[in-house]
Amino acid sequence: MKKRHGGSRALAAYSALVYVFLYAPIAILVLFSFNRARQTAVWEGWTLDWYRSLAGDDLILGSLKNSLIVGVVSTAIAVVVGTLVALALGRHRFRGEGATRGLLYLPVIIPEVVFGAALVTFFGALAMRLSLLTVIIAHVVFCVSYVAIVVRARLAGFDRSLEEAALDLGARPLATFWRVTLPLIAPGIVAGALLSFTISIDDYVITSFVAGVGATTLPLQIYSMLKVGVTPEVNAVSSLILLFTIVMITIATRLQQQPPAAREDVS
Amino acid sequence: MSVRASVRERSAGTWLALPTWVTLGLFFLLPLAILFVISFGQRDTYGGLKPIADLGAYILSGKFLANYARSLHPIYLQIFWRSVWMAVVTTAVCLVVSFPIAYYIAVAAPPRRRNLLLGLVVVPFWTSFLIRTYAWMFILRTEGLLNRLLLATGLTNQPLELLYNHFAVLIGMIYGELPFMILPLFASLEKLDLSLLEASADLGAASRSTFWRVTVPLAMPGIVAGVILVFVPSLGQFIVSDLLGGAKTILAGNLVQNQFAIARNKPFGSAVAFEITAVVLALLFFYALYTRRRGEDVLL
Repeated sequence: MKKRHGGSRALAAYSALVYVFLYAPIAILVLFSFNRARQTAVWEGWTLDWYRSLAGDDLILGSLKNSLIVGVVSTAIAVVVGTLVALALGRHRFRGEGATRGLLYLPVIIPEVVFGAALVTFFGALAMRLSLLTVIIAHVVFCVSYVAIVVRARLAGFDRSLEEAALDLGARPLATFWRVTLPLIAPGIVAGALLSFTISIDDYVITSFVAGVGATTLPLQIYSMLKVGVTPEVNAVSSLILLFTIVMITIATRLQQQPPAAREDVS
Repeated sequence: MSVRASVRERSAGTWLALPTWVTLGLFFLLPLAILFVISFGQRDTYGGLKPIADLGAYILSGKFLANYARSLHPIYLQIFWRSVWMAVVTTAVCLVVSFPIAYYIAVAAPPRRRNLLLGLVVVPFWTSFLIRTYAWMFILRTEGLLNRLLLATGLTNQPLELLYNHFAVLIGMIYGELPFMILPLFASLEKLDLSLLEASADLGAASRSTFWRVTVPLAMPGIVAGVILVFVPSLGQFIVSDLLGGAKTILAGNLVQNQFAIARNKPFGSAVAFEITAVVLALLFFYALYTRRRGEDVLL
């Protein structure tokens, strides 16, 4: 018994080290976004200057606006399409069920460079000009998968007897859907939407292929800044994105854990 | 259920899945199919596609395989080889580093802390890969934090070139992919029946042999899923090698991007993209076979 206790302590210490490895680089980034020094990694005291200069940076603000447009529009479309297919997979037996499941996982698993290259070739073949629209189309494709996976997980822990009760009591199928099914799976839909929005806002690789002139999103803007050189403004904008991600993920996770959520992980 | 209800049920599922098939069929499957066709073509002088006058003659001449033949040139083989070994090293290190912590969260940690510990892995899982890579750029660059520390402690007397080499890329890849290994491992270790481990110990097995002969086989679905989740994106890696490796660490993903964005040779870029895809699909095929046999699936 004693030996096992010692083993578990070593395991706890080891795990703490891994957490330090996971979080130290991010923490350093955030800390130095408040550093007064512009060029070096020497600490010269606290400042909010870099955040202030972000607020006046038209390139950053413009790209943020693009990112928000893309994130909202593609999430809105993906939520509808993804929820419908999750309902199909969770409630109905139909021909091509396995194929549908496979189709949904492909965009998640195919390397992003391959998908980006394929889409830009496709748009080229259609003689479609690269714009914000092409970025939105690309984002819808991968967001549908994430929404479907999350909503499907929620449906797995779903008590069908509530729907059956509504139908038995004479509610029409559509009314049952609006007043029983939808409220029950709503937390899953919101969680899926938050994740989809987060992924859309963060995407660099696919977007870099399909974004045209004037369709620079925030990650593309950050990337081009990084290529020129590391500046404290990049630290500041990265810190804000980190904060945003943490808030979104925390809410999404909470929502998913609400009963009768499925005990499945979003991995 | 009556036959009619059953038919209606079936068609309801089909209708609900239809928007997904339209969206993904049009903007995912079709583009991939076009990319595949183009990989057999040739570019013209302006970076477009050279029209083929006589398809039969083109195929018979064997020219349609020119891009794939070109990708076997030693310069490109070297890039593929580097992509593969870096993905293998990343996957192996992630597996070894992740197993104990996943085991700790799933089995050994106090249950009331489990959600917090898991949440701390989930956050980096969803956090921008670009920003997490940039964090290492900030630490490793010549004027960066690590060099400051090394200089201040007198371990070196001039800044080291820590960035733009294979080592920096590996660090970035391992750092980026680590949560993608921990989570599936956790998912399968969480289901571990502790009484089996106790039985093994009670029957006199040494803890090491319990680990190798009971814990690891039971966690195998999570191990396989984690290996896929880390290996596949590592193979197509593009951001980390570009930012932390610079021109010195070109990987297959960078080669594709380069052919599309700079060299303007889409047919060749497409061929390389499909070689990556072929490896990925082969891995997924074996994964599907494996899960069918095990009847347990952590990934999908």
